[in-house]
Amino acid sequence: MHSYHLDHLQFLETEAIHVMREVAAEFERPAILFSGGKDSICLLRLAEKAFRPSDIPMPLLNVDTGHHFPELNEFRDRRARQLGGKLIVRKVEEAIASGIAVPNPGEVSRNRLQIPTLLAAVEEFRFDCLIGGARRDEEKARAKERFFSFRDAFGQWDPKNQRPEIWNLYNARINPGEHMRAFPLSNWTEMDVWEYIKAEQLDVPSIYFSHQRRCVRRQGQWLPVTDLLPPKGNEPVQDLVVRVRTIGDIISTGMIESPANNYDDIIAEIAAARVTERGSRADDKASEAAMEDRKKAGYF
Amino acid sequence: MPSPTADLPSPTRPHPVDLLRFNTCGSVDDGKSTLIGRLLYDSKNLMEDQIEALERSADITGGGQINLANLTDGLRAEREQGITIDVAYRYFATPRRKFIVADTPGHVQYTRNMVTGASTANLSVVLVDARQGVIEQTRRHTFIAAMLGIPHLVIAVNKMDLVDWDEERFLQIRDEVESFLPRLDVLKDVKFIPLSALHGDNVVRTSEHTPWYQGPNLLGHLETVHIASDWDLSALRFPVQWVNRPNNPTHKELHDFRGLSGQMAGGIVRTGQPVIVMPGGLQTKVKEIWTLDGQLDEAFCPQSVTLVLEDDLDVSRGDMIVGTDSLPGLSSELSARVCWMHQRPLQAGRKYYLKHGAQTVQCAVTHLESRINLDSFEPEPAPAELALNDIGDIRLRTGRSLIFDGYRSNRLTGSFILVEPGSNATVAAGMLAAPVSAFTPDFAEFTI
Repeated sequence: MHSYHLDHLQFLETEAIHVMREVAAEFERPAILFSGGKDSICLLRLAEKAFRPSDIPMPLLNVDTGHHFPELNEFRDRRARQLGGKLIVRKVEEAIASGIAVPNPGEVSRNRLQIPTLLAAVEEFRFDCLIGGARRDEEKARAKERFFSFRDAFGQWDPKNQRPEIWNLYNARINPGEHMRAFPLSNWTEMDVWEYIKAEQLDVPSIYFSHQRRCVRRQGQWLPVTDLLPPKGNEPVQDLVVRVRTIGDIISTGMIESPANNYDDIIAEIAAARVTERGSRADDKASEAAMEDRKKAGYF
Repeated sequence: MPSPTADLPSPTRPHPVDLLRFNTCGSVDDGKSTLIGRLLYDSKNLMEDQIEALERSADITGGGQINLANLTDGLRAEREQGITIDVAYRYFATPRRKFIVADTPGHVQYTRNMVTGASTANLSVVLVDARQGVIEQTRRHTFIAAMLGIPHLVIAVNKMDLVDWDEERFLQIRDEVESFLPRLDVLKDVKFIPLSALHGDNVVRTSEHTPWYQGPNLLGHLETVHIASDWDLSALRFPVQWVNRPNNPTHKELHDFRGLSGQMAGGIVRTGQPVIVMPGGLQTKVKEIWTLDGQLDEAFCPQSVTLVLEDDLDVSRGDMIVGTDSLPGLSSELSARVCWMHQRPLQAGRKYYLKHGAQTVQCAVTHLESRINLDSFEPEPAPAELALNDIGDIRLRTGRSLIFDGYRSNRLTGSFILVEPGSNATVAAGMLAAPVSAFTPDFAEFTI
């Protein structure tokens, strides 16, 4: 006897597939934001579930900050090739060179500069909808975001003026120059993402698994030593067994000490974790409203 | 059937854990956010950095005391004003279930947010301040929960510590709620729980202050309430969302593939089953139920699948595939109850886009039949307009016939939104009245 009842992963999956198909049906030029990170890996599998046996009817878009982990970009390119998808990469460095993105004097982080780079790509390709892997459990400002999140002609999010979202009826109407962000994983948690990756046996970049890396301790975090982030003076460098829990830029992503080298270990580690995923992202610690401010300006 | 991705590993292993969605509502100081904070805190779903952030903000605004409400009041504007301005979603889990909580604000002007947060809920928690008892907001929120057809309701009588855990007070409030429940739309399952969100009594741990209360604590109830029957599995409804045509010139089998992708909105579909494609009314059979994980023998609401039909009919987005036994309505003249969600009021004669399932049509609101008085629950006939947060009954005419069910029998095929042309604002949530008569396909007369 069939139970005719979906478990939680099956429910989240069917909800996300429905959102993806709405995007494909309602927009003329949508794209999927694909970084190679764990959330966007799930997005691509969901796109396969939504659209196969057809080709995925939209290109993949990535904003390359120039500060990406090399393992991430390698994975991104490989996965896009496997899927037969069209991958569009726009670089912050080129946006700086052409004056689209202007760094403050001494600004090292590329975090803010991603925003004009992304919005320039939206204009260049006249994208009317970007599908992103953001989840509401990540952060307090995201907890208030809709599945279909409207952006005005400047790419801005107005949290006080969001469209009410009722049942599974998504209002996809926009005027020329405006665009939409769609978030099929809105209701997923970090644990759901890993359970799904495990259930679907999805490949992920190697840095999610335990490996050896030289790190320095800064502001309570282990940051990887690279050309972009050399040790200062006689700052002690430690050789640690680490992995990443969430991937940002290589200069701001805290490595966690971990022996986890398979899905089950990672799931067990998250179940026992005592800090949130974004606790290891320096970009979110700036202020309590850091994410809210970036989102209003057009961040994913 | 060809499967270009057949080499990828697939089947999702069965998980024993299911998902309950609930929302909390009550008036401004009933302690909704505190209750959610308490649920997260006591069920060990809070992380150290979240507690740290709470403590950091407590130092600035709370005079040193941790404020559990800060967990859900996420935006800066809200923290400054001490209010919740929008629906916030929270996630937590116990070994038995995963939970999605919509924290919906209680201010009068935010009824639209409650409708938003509650529309997808299995269960609503309506908070009542034990000192104040039943107030206008309690009646309003209970009415909305019933109107939306939420299968389960919890009346959480909060701040019981402030009335000395008085059983009489609890029973008074219960009696008062029960006195108006029969006048609402069907509420299948209503539970009353005495608790203190601030101190945690009967939230996650059973209180020693309520020996006179034999029922479960709130989390115990959320973990065990039966939700497997919350979807409609009786009548097959499959709104076609996206036509799946690979049009692959090099792959012979793929070249001819024509699938209809969508999410089951009701019932169960099986291969070989006769179905009717609406609004055309042509009958055919289901040839395959295609998914990336392989073909299925049957699919049920709310699964997302791709159907392949025996005959190559002209089917497009917005059409609906239904069973031959229980047919929906097909009409361009509709009656509905709406919750108005926009500053610009609704007046008869206004035109909107109406989105229903996978189809969007133009519509005109022809009559405002009534506005519901939320104190008396009585309809006031022939209002001049429906303002923001009003609930009323209207009649509409659509530019194309809608394939629909009454909201009471199916929340997915009985609901719609109205979108204002130009501003593109979502201005209303609508629930359709049952069709006056079911659709009659042309061939029916021949089969009698």
